[in-house]
Amino acid sequence: MSDPESIVSEAEIALEAAADLAALDDVRVRFLGKKGRLTELLKGLGTLPAAERPAAGQAINTAKERLAGAIEARRMALDEAQLQQALASDRIDVTLPGRGGLPGNAHPISLTMARIEAIFLHAGFDVARGPEIEDDYHNFEALNIPAHHPARAMHDTFYLTDGRLLRTHTSPVQIRVMRDESPPFRIIAPGRVYRCDYDQTHSPMFHQVEGLLIDEQVTMADLKGVLDHFLRRFFDRDDLQIRYRPSYFPFTEPSMEVDIKLQSAHGVSDWLEVMGCGMVHPAVLDNVGVDNTRFGGFAFGLGVERMAMLRYGISDLRLFFENDLAFLRQFGH
Amino acid sequence: MKINEAWLREWVDPPQDSVAIAEILTLGGLEVDAVEPVAAALQGVVVGVVRAVEPHPDAERLALCRVDDGHGEHSVVCGAPNVRVGLKTAYAPPGAALPGGRRIERSAIRGIDSAGMLCSGAELGLGDDADGILELDAGAVPGTPLRDHLVLDDVVFDIGLTPNRGDCFCALGIARDLAVLTGTPLREHEWRATPAVDSAVLPIELLAPDACAVYAGRIIKGIDPAAVTPLWMHERLRRAGVRSIHPVVDITNYVMLELGQPMHAFDLAKLEHGIRVREATAGEPLTLLDNQTLTLDAGTLVIADRRSAVALAGVMGGAGSAVLEPTTDIFLESAWFDPIRLAGVARRYRLQTDASTRFERGVDPTMQVRAIERATALILEICGGVPGPTSRVEATAHVPAPVTIAFRPGSVERILGCAIAYERCADILRALGMAVDLGDETWQVHIPAHRSDLRLEVDLVEEVARVVGYDAIPARLPRGIALPGLPSGPSAVEQQARQVLTARGYFEAITYSFVAADKAQLFYPGVEAAALANPISSEMAVMRPSLWPGLVEAARHNLNRQADDVRLFEIGMVFADASGAPAQIQRIGALRCGSAQAAHWTSRPRDTDFFDAVRDVEALAASLGWGQLEVLPATHPALHPGQAGRVSCAGEALGMIGALHPALARRLDIDRPLFLFDLGFPRRQQIAAPQYQPISRFPAVRRDLNVVVAEDVLASACLAAAREGGDGLLRDLQLIDVYRGQGIDSGKKSLTLGLLFQVASSTLTDDEVEAAVKNVLAALRERVGGVLRN
Repeated sequence: MSDPESIVSEAEIALEAAADLAALDDVRVRFLGKKGRLTELLKGLGTLPAAERPAAGQAINTAKERLAGAIEARRMALDEAQLQQALASDRIDVTLPGRGGLPGNAHPISLTMARIEAIFLHAGFDVARGPEIEDDYHNFEALNIPAHHPARAMHDTFYLTDGRLLRTHTSPVQIRVMRDESPPFRIIAPGRVYRCDYDQTHSPMFHQVEGLLIDEQVTMADLKGVLDHFLRRFFDRDDLQIRYRPSYFPFTEPSMEVDIKLQSAHGVSDWLEVMGCGMVHPAVLDNVGVDNTRFGGFAFGLGVERMAMLRYGISDLRLFFENDLAFLRQFGH
Repeated sequence: MKINEAWLREWVDPPQDSVAIAEILTLGGLEVDAVEPVAAALQGVVVGVVRAVEPHPDAERLALCRVDDGHGEHSVVCGAPNVRVGLKTAYAPPGAALPGGRRIERSAIRGIDSAGMLCSGAELGLGDDADGILELDAGAVPGTPLRDHLVLDDVVFDIGLTPNRGDCFCALGIARDLAVLTGTPLREHEWRATPAVDSAVLPIELLAPDACAVYAGRIIKGIDPAAVTPLWMHERLRRAGVRSIHPVVDITNYVMLELGQPMHAFDLAKLEHGIRVREATAGEPLTLLDNQTLTLDAGTLVIADRRSAVALAGVMGGAGSAVLEPTTDIFLESAWFDPIRLAGVARRYRLQTDASTRFERGVDPTMQVRAIERATALILEICGGVPGPTSRVEATAHVPAPVTIAFRPGSVERILGCAIAYERCADILRALGMAVDLGDETWQVHIPAHRSDLRLEVDLVEEVARVVGYDAIPARLPRGIALPGLPSGPSAVEQQARQVLTARGYFEAITYSFVAADKAQLFYPGVEAAALANPISSEMAVMRPSLWPGLVEAARHNLNRQADDVRLFEIGMVFADASGAPAQIQRIGALRCGSAQAAHWTSRPRDTDFFDAVRDVEALAASLGWGQLEVLPATHPALHPGQAGRVSCAGEALGMIGALHPALARRLDIDRPLFLFDLGFPRRQQIAAPQYQPISRFPAVRRDLNVVVAEDVLASACLAAAREGGDGLLRDLQLIDVYRGQGIDSGKKSLTLGLLFQVASSTLTDDEVEAAVKNVLAALRERVGGVLRN
């Protein structure tokens, strides 16, 4: 009968040779299984004299524990080796590109309009819309621009063959809202407008956002406050220089144009005209049935293309309507 | 309106410099678009007088001149035809510099030494007259630098006038405002009537008194046909952008620029017995100064003599009665035309002139005689002649009456939001030429005749504001409670659609709302697209009936620029409804072509097909809460007949999807399959928040069925049948595969349906599932003739 120590030594050699988990299990069965060498040895204890049994039994159990520990250690080593091998073979080039398409983006005009809308929504303005094919009444007459008014020359109007026209500004939306609802009003009206003018700096179609606030006790100071706030948010500059100067629109009195100075890599710009505005003309309120002795307020308008050009540093108006992907994809954020 | 500073300073001379004046005018409402020097750099050029002229020994067309520059005489070679003894002209001695950096040096011309040169206006950068050397007036002092003599250290203010300020279309008008804005006195020019020497008059008849209420005229006989426009006047006209034509015409233009009253001079000999201001008869011909012959509409106001129309009133004179070189006797016209009657005439005949611009915006109805007297004085001074009496005819009922406005000074604060002292308000109004009758609450303000734009109290509030300066108005936020809203309505829905499509790789396009009529017909044959009466071009002639023509054009643009994968969408108005009838509807259009997905080395590229586009529509419908989507076969003239579908959501037809018809693609120069969709926004949009449904805790059971159906059976019909059969137990249903070929009879196809059964209350038993599958199969057999594949 072999002694437990030598069996363990024999098993340890076999463990060393076990290259995988299956071989390792063979070793376990051979030594610790039901018919394993140490198990057999334990079964043979009965043949020993009673006085020797405890010591022999303890020696065998110690050997079994040691061997079990060695097997476990070997199993862990083999596991680890296998894991390492798997990791090595699963290695990839993490610099390769990801799969699937990237998103596109909205048009810079839409992005600019959304930015403008967001600022005014926060200020409690609603978004209103109206038709692009308008009639003379809503586009001109109701806005205090009667036929033959010299201001009509400022609006090179597209006419349809049926006598209607393409709106030259989004101001007719004001008229529609004021006729259909009752004051107070706080709305902006974004949308496409059309003028019969086509050259490097004019597009026959462009976008405007028009705003209207009618309430009791509204003054030009309120108008300046709202526009100062809007322009500073839009250009994200609290120290934006803003200038108001007298101008003329038939539907406002007094009227102003708004200029800003922008900081760029080349320094500060000259004054740039960005908005027109004024206190709504009493005749306009009269036309839409708003009591102009009680209510008054202001209107303002801006060209979205101009704002987008300033915001994105675009110098050519025509790029907006060419829809060249090389242009469009530059406005992803 | 262009006006030079030196002229303006004759009327008002504030201490500020040119730049400051430009700023003051701009902030006062007269926007100065540009401040430009009147002459280019010019150095060393002086006034010289020609003392002697001898022929050049070697050149027939050159002359040898002795020129006195006040310090001595110099020998100068000159080739100008107008060089003569006694002429005072511009002399550029050696060392002088002309515009464009040209330096004058002592040189020999055809062997004769020339100490510099005598200069033409063109050489000095003063206009385009290169025919002869400059002729300075007799009072010019030799040796005086030309810059000083001609006041070339001067700038031109180019002022963009708003349509309400017709009164500022002249030196006087701008000076009046500048005087008030700077607090500097206006130097009113004295004027006196020139007494008649001759008694000749032309009778004047106002036959259309509502259109012409004031007409002043005067005959001046015997003017000197050889007279020339003096250089100082020529220069002021040039600086205002007006060409010099004939001394009499130049004088009428000069008076217009000075006083704002357009005038016209007729050759008296060409007029037949008197002036009739009348409406034209339909078809009446009139040949204008620019030699174009108009065929007039009935009602167009003309100036006529006994015989025929001789001028388009307030716009342009006729060629037949024009003042020309040999003219000796003239008739001067200075009239007031009604702005409303005159508006549109210039545009109608496509003739925008300095006169029409002023009349349309309103000329001072009291200025006519003063203008004629000013012109008379200048004509007598420059051209000589014998003046007749000034005749003035008016139709009193149609002359604008003086206006008085009731003004509550309290309105200033109510409208501006800042208080301005009442005395200051009154001072401002008075400075602007108004007479103010003060009252307790309401003042009576009398408006001067030249301010036809002032009619209401708010107009006066604006006058106060612009003189005080808009800077004086504080900025503050409106009172009252703003109700911050959430984005909602069409704008928010469109924003959501944008996000869905851009997430799927689309870029947003914005194309013109007008397209070529033939393009519209290609996409929508027979549609009555709303046509523009005055399109920019035939490419932009009709309002688009669909977003497709613009998108396809944008795709072509990109394909021509080496972009292979194009995904574009547009959200915008189209101007026809589904039946082709005129409408204005906001729609989404989209287009895609090229690879279905971005290239990746792990997968093989696949071309976009119909189903990619369908998925995009499904994504829109799902994200926008449009409800159950259905695509059914349909035809559309622009789409491939076998790859076109009508899209509806929750039973509402929204639009079309399909491949661009190959024949149309060829015509449009598109060389690859292109998939399009065009959708309206549903009338009923799911805006309420989705309501939570409890999730079943019990396991689901999956069964896949291979069902053989006839080739022409639609997948959607099979799915509908299966859904109906599995009613109650079927939680999900997918079409997994479509198979044709071995094992399937020709004319048939096999569809693999993936069914998922699950209920909320229990685990389904095998028997229950088997029964449900049987029901599904029965429904398939009944509805679409589907048979379980063996």
